[in-house]
Amino acid sequence: MSEPILKVTDFSVDFWVDGKWYPAAIDMNFDVMAGKTLAIVGESGSGKSTTALGLMGLLPSNARVKGSIKVKGREMFGANAKQLRKYRGKEVAYIFQEPMTALNPVFTIGFQIVETLRNHFDMGPAAAKERAIELLNMVEIPNPEVSFNKYPHQLSGGQRQRAMIAQSISCDPGLLIADEPTTALDVTVQAEILDLMRGLRTRLNSAILLITHDMGVVADLADDILVMKDGLAVEMGKSEQIFSNPQHPYTQSLLASVPKLGQNLKREFDSSSKKDSILVLQDVTIEYPKRGRVPAFQAVKNFSLEIFPGEIVGLVGESGSGKTTVGRAAIGLLPIKSGKLQICDVDISRFNKKELVGIRRKTGIVFQDPYSSLNPRLPIGESIGEPLYLAGVAKGNELAKRVEELLEMVELPRSYRNRFPHELSGGQKQRVGIARALALTPELLVADEPTSALDVSVQARFLDLLQELQNKLKFACLFISHDLAVVDVLSHRIAVMQDGMLVEVGSKSDILENPKEVYTQRLISAVPVPDPHKQKIKREARLASLKK
Amino acid sequence: MNASKPQINDADELGSIAIETQGLSQGQIVRKKFFRHKAAVISLGVLSALVVFVFSALDNKLFGFTIPGWWQFSHTDMPELNFDDCPFDSPGCPTLDAIPFLDGDGVMLGAHPFGQDDIGRDYFALVLKGTQRSLMVMVVIGIIAAFIGTVVGAVSGFFRGWIDAILMRLTDFIITIPSIIIGSVIGYHFGNLGALFLAFYLGLFAWTGLSRLIRGEFLTLREREFVDAARVAGASDRRIIFKHILPNAVGIIIVSVTLLMSGAILLETGLSYLGFGVVPPDVSLGLLVSTYQESFTIRPWLFWWPGVFIVTIALCVNFIGDGLRDAFDPRQAHKMSRKERKAAKAGVSVE
Repeated sequence: MSEPILKVTDFSVDFWVDGKWYPAAIDMNFDVMAGKTLAIVGESGSGKSTTALGLMGLLPSNARVKGSIKVKGREMFGANAKQLRKYRGKEVAYIFQEPMTALNPVFTIGFQIVETLRNHFDMGPAAAKERAIELLNMVEIPNPEVSFNKYPHQLSGGQRQRAMIAQSISCDPGLLIADEPTTALDVTVQAEILDLMRGLRTRLNSAILLITHDMGVVADLADDILVMKDGLAVEMGKSEQIFSNPQHPYTQSLLASVPKLGQNLKREFDSSSKKDSILVLQDVTIEYPKRGRVPAFQAVKNFSLEIFPGEIVGLVGESGSGKTTVGRAAIGLLPIKSGKLQICDVDISRFNKKELVGIRRKTGIVFQDPYSSLNPRLPIGESIGEPLYLAGVAKGNELAKRVEELLEMVELPRSYRNRFPHELSGGQKQRVGIARALALTPELLVADEPTSALDVSVQARFLDLLQELQNKLKFACLFISHDLAVVDVLSHRIAVMQDGMLVEVGSKSDILENPKEVYTQRLISAVPVPDPHKQKIKREARLASLKK
Repeated sequence: MNASKPQINDADELGSIAIETQGLSQGQIVRKKFFRHKAAVISLGVLSALVVFVFSALDNKLFGFTIPGWWQFSHTDMPELNFDDCPFDSPGCPTLDAIPFLDGDGVMLGAHPFGQDDIGRDYFALVLKGTQRSLMVMVVIGIIAAFIGTVVGAVSGFFRGWIDAILMRLTDFIITIPSIIIGSVIGYHFGNLGALFLAFYLGLFAWTGLSRLIRGEFLTLREREFVDAARVAGASDRRIIFKHILPNAVGIIIVSVTLLMSGAILLETGLSYLGFGVVPPDVSLGLLVSTYQESFTIRPWLFWWPGVFIVTIALCVNFIGDGLRDAFDPRQAHKMSRKERKAAKAGVSVE
């Protein structure tokens, strides 16, 4: 057997915080072979990114690294700055999570690729440009000659990630470290990037160290898997083996909490008891007004949707499709330009203040970002109690009691009432968000990507909780998400959006098993399945359908 | 603010549970970080000591009562001029002797530690009185500018649109006029009304920079999701501004007001020096410097002592402002000190 490209032995990283060493990665041992992909999987804080940065020597000054890192047999641990500069980019390249921030916005992508090339090779500007265009062609950027002179902001998210990959592979590195390369991308783009990386791996025969939290991506790309938890490698093995027969309890629970598309119980909504719908959107158009020279932008066009009491409707779409805008309009945070918007039998199409006050008590919203949705200066008890207090429902001791009941309902200790948001974890904050949204037992709840910032295990618990509460309180819910699998877990009906327009709406089984529109089909086929075998079949089916 | 009340009542009821759950509040974190900033803590100590020293030394009139000070002279008393041991036969030299091995008779304060002015007034009393005035002017300008700046910044940042346009053009207009010109016009017209009036009118023009900062802060904070959450909960604009946004902007307000105050003390000094600020018989540090500037060569103490006080106050306030800024800035991570870095290298943990 040939020598591994990367051989890591007894690798540890500690961080020095307030006079103490905190371990972030403990005694890691792994090899990556040429042409193979090792995926490091774990939830946030498990030390997977720290490990990757440590391999590159990019950790901050308060970190301490121990162990041995051998790249193509050469020891890289303890190398000086000059040696490191040579080995970065040339031997080991790094693909970052967020291409917008990882590319320099004041230089063209062509310039940035040429810079990397000329740093490592003795190459003239003309030759470097030729090679750069060749690379852009290799990563399938349309019109490479034109794109060469484009700035990062002129490209779409997927193209930016392609440009960054082109930069990373410019020196034919033996090892590519990809740190959550597709997390910031939409599913259809993600599928394309994964295809690209798979193609490059076979063509360049380089090793890939993939760092991700997404089991679907792992199933799609990885040959070997290393599962990390709290800085420790808990399990390591072949991809098929880990997915089919996980040994460690943590791996088992991690795989169990990944929502799987199309494997959930059918939650058919009993529409025979047709009552009046709670939310009516009829030919709604929402426009962001023009500001200065920026022309007005129609985020939502002729959108029609109805939600009945007690029903959960999932609204799916890629970024920029206008799904959040619909959600915000649906609880009266944004005025609509034309059409009819009716919430709980109140017509708020004209967005006047009196009518809005009426619907505030009957609606609630859970926001996407748990860090921004709670006032950092208020104890969470006050945040939860605010709707009750403002509606005049409860005051004083009674209010405190209600707040504690709400906390108990979302399975948080009563004593958390006096805590501040920064003392809570992301998942706990999202629970507080739900408690606040449900404080007035609303008839309509809008959940705007409430799980996108959470780890899978936390997400699974959160979705269980939301489902339980919905069964108990019977509120109608508009659940917005980019993740079809999450929507699949919860909803009765699914609506698909693209470019501000409604593509398709129907019952869950209709949409997932028998989608009529091409866009919906494309969206569903792009979602990776957390199972290497099934994913392979699905991938081939997708590529075949694309060729057609 | 009633929403916070039940928690206090309840704390008694639940007793131990409430105590157990007390985590670090935002205020406690800020305090902890502030006390790490050595220069700021020292400055805070020096400034508080200075304030106590200055206000306890002289008689203070408060609502008709006179609280006697511990110093024997007031700034209006005219004891006889002292000519003993004075260089160049200049009258009224300082009797303070702090460095025994130079000349003189060892450590002593004497009758006039800072010397006497032309007509025999005790310079120690004059300087202290001037410092009182300067501190008062500083605080009054700070309070008034903070109030106007916060209101203007909050209103224009929160409501945006035409209100913002009008208020910001007004701010731009005031910014274009140099503060020293505004100050001298005000000083010329209202200087004779006393230092407090002068401070009041100066405060009316000192809020511009502050209001812009606060407007910027409001513009970012109003887009945060917790503001939307409050709106969905049915909160009024007023409640959103005062309960939700303002407490989050308090850091930037405190910091810029502190820095504005150190600017204010220099503005007052400069104006008085030019003759547009505080006018006699009232005293201020700037006025003392300007009155005795020609005596710098032979009687330098008349120049040095007010200068020392001006520099001390301005420096202290500046350092405190720096410390506050570091404490309120969440991005300012705690940097490792040299000692800690050494310990970190060695791998020993220090407490």
